[in-house]
Amino acid sequence: MLRFIFKRILEAIPVLLIVATVTFFLLHRMPGGPFDTEKATTPEIKKQIEAYYGLDKPVTQQYFDYMKRLVLHGDLGPSQKYFGWSVNELLAGSLPVSMELGLEGLCFALFFGLTAGVIASLRKNTFGDYIPMSFATLGICIPSFVTGPLLIIVFGILLGWFNTSGWFFPRDRVLPAMTLGLYYMAYISRLTRGGMLEILNQDFIRTARAKGASEWRVVWRHSLRGGLLSVVSFLGPAISGIVTGSLVVETIFDIPGAARFFIGAAFNRDGPMLMGTTLVYAVLVVVMNLLADIVQVWMNPRLRFDS
Amino acid sequence: MSAEFPIVTQHAGEIEPGHSLWQDAWHRLRQNKLAVIGGVFVAILSLICLLAIVIAPGSYAKTNLALGATAPSSAHWLGTDILGRDMLSRILFGGCISLSVGLAATLVSVIIGVLYGAISGYLGGRVDVILMRIVDIIYSLPFVIFVILILVVFGKHIVLLFMAIGAVSWLDMARIVRGQVMSLKRQEFVEAAVALGLRKRQIILRHMIPNVLGIVAIYATLIVPSVMLLEAFLSFLGLGVQAPMSSWGTLINDGRKTMEEYPWLLIYPSLFFSLTLFSLNFLGDGLRDALDVRASKD
Amino acid sequence: MQFVSSFHSLRRIVCCLGVLAILSLLPGCGKRETLVEVGDREQILHIGNGTEPQDLDPDIVTGVQEFHIMMSLLEGLVTEDPVDLHPVPGVAERWDISPDGKVYTFHLRDNAKWSNGDPVTARDFWNSYKRILTPSLGAEYSYMHFVVKNAEAYNTNGITDFNQVGYKVIDDHTLQITLNNSTPYFLSLLLHHSWYPVHLPTVAKWGDPYQRGSKWTRPGRFIGNGAFVLAKWRVNDVIEVRKSPTYWDRDRVRLNAIRFYPIESDDTEERAFRAGQLHVTLTMPPSKIAYYKEHNPELLQLGPYLGTYFYRVNVTKPPLNDARVRRALAMAIDRGSIVTNVMKGGQLPAYNFVPPGTAGYTCRTLLPENIAEAKRLLAEAGYPDGKGMPPVEILYNTLEYHRTIAEAIQQMWKTKLGVDARLVNEEWKVYLDSQRSLNYQLCRAAWIGDYDDPNSFLDMWLTGGGNNETGWSNPEYDRLIAQAAATPEPKERLEVFQKAEAILMQEMPEIPVYFYTRFFLQRPEVKGWYPTILDNHPYKYVYLEAPKK
Repeated sequence: MLRFIFKRILEAIPVLLIVATVTFFLLHRMPGGPFDTEKATTPEIKKQIEAYYGLDKPVTQQYFDYMKRLVLHGDLGPSQKYFGWSVNELLAGSLPVSMELGLEGLCFALFFGLTAGVIASLRKNTFGDYIPMSFATLGICIPSFVTGPLLIIVFGILLGWFNTSGWFFPRDRVLPAMTLGLYYMAYISRLTRGGMLEILNQDFIRTARAKGASEWRVVWRHSLRGGLLSVVSFLGPAISGIVTGSLVVETIFDIPGAARFFIGAAFNRDGPMLMGTTLVYAVLVVVMNLLADIVQVWMNPRLRFDS
Repeated sequence: MSAEFPIVTQHAGEIEPGHSLWQDAWHRLRQNKLAVIGGVFVAILSLICLLAIVIAPGSYAKTNLALGATAPSSAHWLGTDILGRDMLSRILFGGCISLSVGLAATLVSVIIGVLYGAISGYLGGRVDVILMRIVDIIYSLPFVIFVILILVVFGKHIVLLFMAIGAVSWLDMARIVRGQVMSLKRQEFVEAAVALGLRKRQIILRHMIPNVLGIVAIYATLIVPSVMLLEAFLSFLGLGVQAPMSSWGTLINDGRKTMEEYPWLLIYPSLFFSLTLFSLNFLGDGLRDALDVRASKD
Repeated sequence: MQFVSSFHSLRRIVCCLGVLAILSLLPGCGKRETLVEVGDREQILHIGNGTEPQDLDPDIVTGVQEFHIMMSLLEGLVTEDPVDLHPVPGVAERWDISPDGKVYTFHLRDNAKWSNGDPVTARDFWNSYKRILTPSLGAEYSYMHFVVKNAEAYNTNGITDFNQVGYKVIDDHTLQITLNNSTPYFLSLLLHHSWYPVHLPTVAKWGDPYQRGSKWTRPGRFIGNGAFVLAKWRVNDVIEVRKSPTYWDRDRVRLNAIRFYPIESDDTEERAFRAGQLHVTLTMPPSKIAYYKEHNPELLQLGPYLGTYFYRVNVTKPPLNDARVRRALAMAIDRGSIVTNVMKGGQLPAYNFVPPGTAGYTCRTLLPENIAEAKRLLAEAGYPDGKGMPPVEILYNTLEYHRTIAEAIQQMWKTKLGVDARLVNEEWKVYLDSQRSLNYQLCRAAWIGDYDDPNSFLDMWLTGGGNNETGWSNPEYDRLIAQAAATPEPKERLEVFQKAEAILMQEMPEIPVYFYTRFFLQRPEVKGWYPTILDNHPYKYVYLEAPKK
C-alpha cells in the first residue's frame, strides 16, 4: 500500500510541473496585464510598478525565478492585485473556508443523494423511482445562480430564518451548503441508483430474499456497498471540482473562499495568484484521486489483485 | 455491444420472430415512460425553435424602449424584457443557440474523445500511459483561463465557444471509450481480425469504434445537458453568447438579476431550460438502462 | 471479517452525516436580533463597500473603495465638510495664502497625534509627499502633486534633490507649499488621499518605504492619524475600524466602530440591506429603484455624482475620422429615452462632457439632438442615409447596463440614420488593452472626477494625454487648457474652459451619453450622512440614532 502511494506521488510531480509551466506561459499570452487600470498611468510609472514585480524581465527568466522561489521557499509570490498580501497569506485564509463549504455541501449531497438513489433503485420504473430521481436531478437542471437567490429570498428574507450573505455565524453555512450540494446530489443519486441496481440484479440478492431476509437487511447489509462504490470513485474528482464549482455560491452568498481568488486571478491577470490557485487545485486533484483510489481498494477487495 | 445475434426461440408449432439486442434495448427503452416523454419533448422543442428561426428571424432583436419590461399579455405571450423585446422570440431563439451549443460541443467532444480513447485503449502500453497522463494534466488545468484565452486570442465567435467547451468535455468520454476498448480488445473477433492481417488503424476504425457507439450514444446524451449548464455558467461569468443574440444561459442570468421585479424574465427561460435538461437526462438514463451497460470506470 | 467491520463504521459515518444534515436544516428558534439593531444600540455602523480593497496605503492605491476606508484612518491638512465637501480645517487649523495665490502656509494644530501617541508634525507631511513623488514607488496618483513647484520634475527623474520641490518645513507645526501657478482648486485637491500623511517610521519598519511591498497596513501595524484605528482585516470578509483614543477631535466622534463589508454583487448587497445586515449600501441594482420609490422612499438616496458616461471615438480610422460623422452619430442618440427607459436611476442626459455645476461651471455649448441635422451631416460626409458607410463597432466591457445601452444606441442609429453598428463585448482587461492601443472604433467609457473642478474632466483630452486614448489632438485646445491653468481669476478661468469645451463638442472625440447619479440605500437611523457629489462622507460626523419604538 505504501509503495502504491509513493509511486503515485512520484508520478504526480511531473504532472504538477507541466501544469505549472503550461499555466504560466498561457497567462503571458493573454492580452491585458494586472496593472492596466481605467485611469491610465504614465508609461514611466507603469514601468516602475512592473519592475517591482519582475514583469519587465523576459518571460523565461520570470518563469525560472518563480519556480526557484516556489520550490526552494514554498513562496507563491506577492499578489499583483491585492498589493498588501502575499498569495500564501490569501490562500491560507480562504482555502479552509472553501474546504468547509465544500465538505458541508457534500454532506448534504451525500445524505439526500444516497437516500434518493436507494429508494429509487428499490422501486425501479415506478413513481417511487421517478419522484426521488426527479427531485435529485433538479440540481443539474437548474443553474445554481438561480437556486441560490431563490433559497435566499424564501428562507432569508421572507421567512427570516437565515442571513442572506456572509460567513460569520454557524447558521450562515446552511443555505450555501444546500445550494452547492444540490448539484452533486443529482450525480450521487444517479450513481447510487445505478450501483444498487447492478447489485440487486445479482444472484446472491435473490438468494438472500429467498432465504427470507427482510428488505431492510437486503439493502443495508448487502447492496449498499455496491451502490457506494461508484459514489466513492466519483467523490475524488467531485471534491476537487468544488473549488471552481463553488464560485457561484461564493459570489452570491459573499463567502470569502478560494474560488473567488481563482476566477478573479484570471480576470485580473494576477499571475502569482493564478499560479498559486492552479497549483493548489492540481495538488487537490492528485490527492483526492489518490484517496478515492485507496478507499476503493479498501472497500472492494477484488481490486487489490488487479494490476 | 458486439455484433447482432438473432435469438430464435421455438414454441410448439410456431416460430417467434427473432429479436436483436438492439430491438430488445428499444423495447426496454419504450417501457421507461420518463425517457420516452423526455425524448419526445426535446424533439418537439427543437422543431419549434427551428421553425421560429425560419418564420420570424430577427424578431428577437427588435427593441421597444418605451415599452420596457411588461408581464405576459395577449400581445406578448411570455412578456417583454427591459428593452421591450418579445420574450417568446428570445426564448425560442435562445433555445436554438443553447441546443446548438450543446450539440456542437458534444460532437466535438465525442469525436476527440472516441478517437483518443480508442487509440489509447487499443495500442495500450507506453502509448496508453502517456495519453492518459495527458488527460490527467488537462483535468488539472484551470478551465476558465483556457476558455478566456481561446475567446480572446481567436475572437469571440460562437463557433469558438462550442469548441472551447467541447475541448474540455472530451476527457470523460476518452476514459470511458478507453475502458470499453480495452475489454473489447480481448475478444475473439479481434484476434481473428489481427490474424487476417488487418492493420491497427483499420481495426480501430472498423471494429473498435462501431462497437463502442452504444456507450458513446449514452454518454453523449448526458454530455449535452452538462454542456448547456456550463454555457449558463459562462454566461454568469460574462463569457457567454454576445448581444443581441441570446441563449438560455444569458436569458437566465439576466433574469435572475431582476428576479423580484420582473419574475417572468427568469421563470420562463428557466422553465424551458430545466425541462429540456430534465428530458435529456432522463433520455440518457433510459438509454443506459435499456442497453444495460455497466458504466465502465478506470 | 475485516471488511464487514469497516463497513459497519462506514454505516455509522453515513448515519452521522444524516443527523448533521437534518440538524443543519433546523432554523433558529425565535426572532433573531439583526446586525443593524445591534449596531444601532452599540453605535457600530455597517457599510457595504463594493470590492475588496487592494491595500490601505494611501500612496499606492487608486480605488474609491480604498479611499472610503482610508478616510476613517487618516486625515490630511484639510478635511471635508459633510454636507457639501468644501475644505475645512483638518490637521491644519488655519492657513495663509500669498497675494499671488502661489504660496500656501499651513499652521498645524498642536494636539494632532498619531495613533501611537506621536505628534503629527510638518515633517511627517514632507516625508509623505517625498514618498509619493519618489519614482521608484511607482505611485499612480503622483500627478495630483504636479501643481506643486518642481514636483513633476522630481517624479520623472528630472531632479534628484527633493529640497528643490515646493514643500518647505518652516518648523514642527508650519508647512509651506509653493505652487507653479495660482490654483483656485488647490484646497479641494488636498482632500484627496494622495495628500494624506503616512507614518514613515512604521512604513520603514515593515519594508522599504520607497518601494512597494511594505506590509505596514495590517491591523496591529497600521499607524494613522484619523478618527478611527484599524482593528480587523479579513480579506473578502470584513474590515473593522474602531474609534481612536488619540484623535484630536475625538469628542465629536460618536461612532464606536465601523464595519466595511466588501460585497461585490449589487443584488447580494441589496438583499443584505433588506435583511437588516447593512446600514448603508454602496450602490443598488437600478431595476429596484422603482420599487423603493413606491414602497420605501425614505430608504432610497438619489444624488448627483461627479462622473460622465460616454463613448470614446477612435479618430484615426475612417469613417470616424470625419468630425461630421461623429457629430451625426452623437446627435442621433435619444438620451432622454435611454435615461428614462433603460437606466431609470434619475441620471441626467449629457449634452456636453463636464457635469453641470462642477465648481460653478456649466457648459454653454450643448449638443443638439437634431435628426435632420444629423442626416445632413452624414450626407455631407459622403454617406447619405448611411449608404456606403461601413458598419462601426461599439466596444464595451462585460457589465450590466453597458450592453443594454449599446443595444439601444445600435437600434437608434439603425432606424434613424441607417448606420449599422456591431456590438463587441470584451472582458475587462482585454477591453482596457484595446482602448489603450486604439484597437476599437467606438468604446464605452466613464470618467469620474478626482476633484471638484472642470479641469479634472478637461485636461485628459490634451494631445498625447494618457487618458485621451482616442488619437485626438488639437493644438488650440491644448493652448486653452494651459491658459486656464495660468489664469488666477476664477471667472476668467471658467470662460477659458467654456472655449475649450466648445472645441471638444465641435470635434467630438467623445460622445457623451449621461451624467452619473449616485443611488444607494440608507437606513433612517444613520445621521450625519449626506449625499455628496464625490460620495465622500467624513465619518466623524456620522452617528446612529435608533427610531423611538
